[in-house]
Amino acid sequence: MTIAPMPQVSDAASAQRVAADGVAEIEAHNVSKAYGAGKFAKTVIRDCSFAIERGKLTVMIGPSGCGKSTLIRLLAGFERPTAGTITIGGKPVGEPGRDRLVLFQETALFPWMTTYDNIMFGPRARLEGGREARRKAEFLLDKVGLGAFRRKYPTQLSGGMQRRAELARAMINDPKVMILDEPFRGLDAMTKKLMQEYYAKLYEETRRTTFFVTTDIDEAIFLADRILVMTNVPARVRAVLEVNLPRPRRLEDVIENDDANHIKMQALSLLHEEAMKSFARGSKAAADFIDAYSKRIRKPS
Amino acid sequence: MREAGGFAARAFDTIASTKFWRGMVACVVFLVLWEIASRSGISRIPAPSAVAVTFNELMRDPSYWFSWYLSTQRVFTGFLAAMLLGIPLGLGMAVSRMFYGTVFPVFEVLRPIPPLAWVPASIIFWPTQEMSIAFVTFLGAFYAVVINVIGGAQAIDVRYFQAARSMGSSSWDIFRRIILPGTLPSIVVGATVGIGIAWAVVVAAEMISGGGSAGSMGGAMGGGLGFFIWNSYVGGSYTQIVVGMISIGIAGYISSALLRKLGEMVTPWLREP
Repeated sequence: MTIAPMPQVSDAASAQRVAADGVAEIEAHNVSKAYGAGKFAKTVIRDCSFAIERGKLTVMIGPSGCGKSTLIRLLAGFERPTAGTITIGGKPVGEPGRDRLVLFQETALFPWMTTYDNIMFGPRARLEGGREARRKAEFLLDKVGLGAFRRKYPTQLSGGMQRRAELARAMINDPKVMILDEPFRGLDAMTKKLMQEYYAKLYEETRRTTFFVTTDIDEAIFLADRILVMTNVPARVRAVLEVNLPRPRRLEDVIENDDANHIKMQALSLLHEEAMKSFARGSKAAADFIDAYSKRIRKPS
Repeated sequence: MREAGGFAARAFDTIASTKFWRGMVACVVFLVLWEIASRSGISRIPAPSAVAVTFNELMRDPSYWFSWYLSTQRVFTGFLAAMLLGIPLGLGMAVSRMFYGTVFPVFEVLRPIPPLAWVPASIIFWPTQEMSIAFVTFLGAFYAVVINVIGGAQAIDVRYFQAARSMGSSSWDIFRRIILPGTLPSIVVGATVGIGIAWAVVVAAEMISGGGSAGSMGGAMGGGLGFFIWNSYVGGSYTQIVVGMISIGIAGYISSALLRKLGEMVTPWLREP
């Protein structure tokens, strides 16, 4: 399987490029992250560079365990890179702050607070829990469709509701950037589709800069303006795919769209290669198998 | 609406349930077997019927109730002191690495010493016998509370701290709105375990120390439930021993049930949806 040279595909070097009229909200320059020291050191991210454009939805996709979550912890400021720099709005990333809020894989709603209190957490933390914040909380409760569940605790909400409550909790702080780490993982297929449509709509309304990490190609193509395809660990940007599908998007439009399918093919073959690399690293037998497998694919063509 | 007419409805639900009747049948079978064992001479423990007669007599004896009162008072004094000191200490150890490093080794050396081993030292150290019994009771509950508070606070998911910090929480805000409520379920567990140990300890302490100086009312009958049992043994009243034992069982059960109820009230998010 060979990748046809496509105008949308660019190599890793162009990951830092922004559109002529665009502004980079987040920039990563040659970021590396290693854990441990000496013989036990493990490099999770190596020489990773990319830009997240203001007002755009950038999706990062890569094989599982490739260091995407580590990258998110760096962006959020929970950890520091071993080398390289990350800037947000031109300034180096410092302590975790409300300018870039993270939605984790699993819900991080505070279990001891009701939906309403969870949403009001940020304003109250900054001693701004006055009328303005309450009005905003009400508005967001309605927006995420949880008005009737304001007094419920997180365990009393379904998976999709928890995600929406968390979105509201983040949005009330009006962050510059939303960072989402596989936010819809673990939801059932139906809920996942609904959440994707909901999130696309939300993004299209607000056009808030978004960095969205996923392992799901369909999700990536449906949501993204631009997809960063990652290599296997240690993570780097392998390729950049521009998704120029018109917005607002609907799931069924994307399914039948030829461009979308083309991007999907490209992304799949890139990811397949990366996934196989990690697979092969595990054992000789796997490597031999992949070798034979790829030969067999090439033959008919 | 469930709250107002709730009690009668709940009581009815309980009585109508299979689970309730299974428990009842088990209790009755146990009593019947015990009765048979005693009457046939297999066991020298007095039969439940004889115990019931004594129980009935004692119900009208104020000195029996005074024993209840004394033991309960000692348990709750020791228990409350354990909560008041144990919760801040446990939280302090969970929050500050330096404090943990300083205090925990001492705590871990003292912890394996059974509270009852403290009885003689405690009698010497404290001015009144009442205080020495309360102190030993305190120790019994204290370790359970502290260990649970440390464990509970340390088990709080790091994502909650990350989320809170991202949204602009100060250290104090994190302590008040993340650590405290996050530890609350463990505090409840520690309290429930602690009060059980407090009952076990108070009874033994009363037996060893001779029931304290409060024995003035009703003579030897005023030394708490532990002393009540011991005194019944010395006086050869075997049915009273069993009554005393059952009394402690009931007292422990009521205390735990009360704490569980209280615990449910302060941790509404753990209730079944």
